[in-house]
Amino acid sequence: MSPRPGFVLEVDRSTPSTLFWHGEGYRLEKLPVGSRVLYAPEPVDALADPVSAIRRALQEPLGDAEPLRSQLHPGMALTIAFDDVSLPLPPMRAPDVRQLVIEQVLELAAEAGVDDVVLIAALALHRRMTDAELRHALGERIFDAFAPHGLLWQHDAEDPDQLVHLGLTDQGEDVEINKRAATSDLLVYVNINLVAMDGGHKSVATGLASYKSLRHHHNAHTMTQSRSFMDQHRSELHSSNWRMGRLIAASGVKVFQIETNLNTDTFPEQFRFLQRREWEWTARDRAGFLATSKALQATPERVARSIFHSIRAPHKMSSVQAGEVEAVHARTTENVYAQQRLEVDGQSDILTMGLPYICPYNVNSIMNPILVACLGLGYFFNMYRGRPLVRAGGVVIMSHPTPWAFHPGHHPSYIDFFEQVLAETTDPAEIGKYEESFATDPWYVHLYRTGNAYHGVHPFYMWYWCAHALEHVGSVIIVGGDRAAVRRLGFKPASSMADALEMASDVVGRDPSITHLHSPPLLMADVL
Amino acid sequence: MKGLVFERNLARFAASRLMSSFGGSGRGVPVGPLRFTDVDPPELPGTDWHRVRPLLAGICGSDLSTLDGRSSRYFEDVVSFPFVPGHEVVGTLDDTDARVVIEPVLGCVARGVDPPCEACAEGRTGGCERVAFGHLAPGLQIGFCSDTGGGWSAGGLVAHRAQLHPVPDELSDEDAVMVEPTACAVHAAMAARTDTTHTVAVLGAGTLGLCTAAAMAHLWRPGQLLVGARYAHQRRLAEELGADVVVDPDQLVRAVRRSSRSLEASGTLTSGADVVIDCVGSDESLTQALSMVRPRGRVVLVGMPGRVTVDLASLWHREVAVTGAYAYGTEDIGGVARRTFDVAMEVVAAKGLGRLVSARYPLDRFEEALAHAGAAGRRGAVKVVFDLRARDRHRGTRPDTKGPVP
Repeated sequence: MSPRPGFVLEVDRSTPSTLFWHGEGYRLEKLPVGSRVLYAPEPVDALADPVSAIRRALQEPLGDAEPLRSQLHPGMALTIAFDDVSLPLPPMRAPDVRQLVIEQVLELAAEAGVDDVVLIAALALHRRMTDAELRHALGERIFDAFAPHGLLWQHDAEDPDQLVHLGLTDQGEDVEINKRAATSDLLVYVNINLVAMDGGHKSVATGLASYKSLRHHHNAHTMTQSRSFMDQHRSELHSSNWRMGRLIAASGVKVFQIETNLNTDTFPEQFRFLQRREWEWTARDRAGFLATSKALQATPERVARSIFHSIRAPHKMSSVQAGEVEAVHARTTENVYAQQRLEVDGQSDILTMGLPYICPYNVNSIMNPILVACLGLGYFFNMYRGRPLVRAGGVVIMSHPTPWAFHPGHHPSYIDFFEQVLAETTDPAEIGKYEESFATDPWYVHLYRTGNAYHGVHPFYMWYWCAHALEHVGSVIIVGGDRAAVRRLGFKPASSMADALEMASDVVGRDPSITHLHSPPLLMADVL
Repeated sequence: MKGLVFERNLARFAASRLMSSFGGSGRGVPVGPLRFTDVDPPELPGTDWHRVRPLLAGICGSDLSTLDGRSSRYFEDVVSFPFVPGHEVVGTLDDTDARVVIEPVLGCVARGVDPPCEACAEGRTGGCERVAFGHLAPGLQIGFCSDTGGGWSAGGLVAHRAQLHPVPDELSDEDAVMVEPTACAVHAAMAARTDTTHTVAVLGAGTLGLCTAAAMAHLWRPGQLLVGARYAHQRRLAEELGADVVVDPDQLVRAVRRSSRSLEASGTLTSGADVVIDCVGSDESLTQALSMVRPRGRVVLVGMPGRVTVDLASLWHREVAVTGAYAYGTEDIGGVARRTFDVAMEVVAAKGLGRLVSARYPLDRFEEALAHAGAAGRRGAVKVVFDLRARDRHRGTRPDTKGPVP
């Protein structure tokens, strides 16, 4: 039976309460009659034999690329770059798709007699992965074969010896990327694709770039001109990366892009109710909901976080394509839309969303307030094509505990950004004046290069990610959040959904239209 | 005349300490050694002495520390019992009706010690070596000496001519009562030996912290002035008084690190602030100060510390200078020797420090007043004072900048 498409439910008196994610927990909310609830399409079928599919993709590349086997020869330098810990979400059960793909690439390389091979985690300005995370992503065999010999690298955007400046785009954008990747005879990039923004030229032009390069598109202006950044035809973020990617290709860097689509099978069996539609919950789903809810209420925050971050998603590869970057990405994007697309008729006055415990930047970490904002107003708000789900001047209501808490090892500059920058202004256009000092702060640089810290400038990027939403909406309310933290973000705290709706009426009137984004699993709204 | 008298009574002293440790600063007063009673005006000790009738008398952190039974035993020999507290005083001279603030330190001149000690000879009266000697009973200052009385008494106090500073008409009583704590702040600012390129961090934003920030901004204009302030009203005031960065005290080390672009090692910044002024005086504040001062930098202790436990390894390794800043005397301002109180008057006027007076109580409500002062930060206050002006309201010659006594 083929998976069911997404669904727009109109709430009536008989509609059961709607599940809202709420950080390391969830709540049931009774939405007003007439509200719309957007349910994601069910997960598409997984590939029956992923290894064979990978082999076929490498042998039958898209675009004008030669089969990978024919591009490999003795004496060549081969670099294999791969997406970092920010994907997939939640981390998938072993074997990770990166492992499956890279094993096949290495097998071909070994057959061709290639012995100069380096693996690079394409971190951009993200934190370095831990050994455990690398082992999980690559598998024990690859890790043990490369890491002890110094052949498993993590991209260092602050090491001038590891970077090469390839030139300027026709828009004057610096293109500076990893030197080993740029000077290899072949750069194979292994991507995991969950959302339409990822992959394509962004893989190399962002994942292997320096701050000097990234600042050209990771800024408030670009983000307000990306409507949305999930829609490549209307995304300035996309356009900038494409200009850079084409310059990289024109510079002679030979890229063989491998992109994988995962299905949206997001939660394991015991949490399966999280991706089912409430009125279809079985007795087992209800029992699972009740049992986990009760248990979580009695569980200390730290333990609950640890439980959720130990979840391994049953994601399965649904497609793999390889070859020339743009041809590959066109197919990948098609697959993403085919899986996640949901047609929605018109905007609403209020958009509600329940935010889960995880986003791309807090894997095995704390979802700090800046990341809460980024997940809601950056990612979820931008999951649209055409028009945002909420009208201009409308209200976004998000549900999350939003603790005033930070992981000091992972997010040191976030703490200062929250304490000092957001205390002064929450305007994405205004905060830019502090960016340079954070980006060049020697302590943050040190922690980024030697620890597991996000780069000093990263919290700015998270806030820029919110820029389009902040410009578009009239008010943002967080239900159940730490009041001081919510206020520091410039949002309004509400103790319940009913209070939040009451507060929203000051902005949108007393009879607003309401849309709830029931996600994850992920969905892309085509708003007509 | 009614007044508050502090007596030597060990049992009550212990009870106050116990009570304040549970209820908070100022809460031990009802069981402590302070009594509201009839007080005879003190005798004039000599010809150059004057009677002063207090108008406003402030409640200082050192007063609270004494009342809470927490002051260091170091002070036992330099106070004399029973004494009337109150050393932050604006009052009128009994004979001429002129308005004056009291410079309360009882140095050699006031004590009739001749020749004066080296410190007094140099104008550093705060460093007087004879505070337990001379013709007066021991006492660091008016307000801790049994012979002079203090500001917390309607009967008034006596002060030597050298201790009197006329108050210009432009200053309100509230401004004037802030001159003494501001003089302490000015002295601390001068002890900081800073300049316009320096990063200066002030820990604490009670009366002393805010006055120090104001004095720093007025006298030195350091490159960057950071203040750690716990409460919203303190943060607002610190900004108004000239701080460049105001953060919660827990965030101050991070703010200094950002400002100095320092690295961190062993829980200490590798560079840090050129000067840290500790206006708290606790284990935690001194530890924090040492963690954020740069190597060969300077920590100035302004808040009165008692016995503290601090790891001094970083002080030794980084060759940090720790210095105390007590009271006042004469300062070298741009090569010119000026009385600290004169400079303080200037700072008070320039920064409008009378606004720091948050509440005024009559003497008979001393328990409420002291509880309020002990919880000033939490209760949105800065300086709490006793208001003894009621009997003088008919005068009408002073600026009346505040409302009636609460």
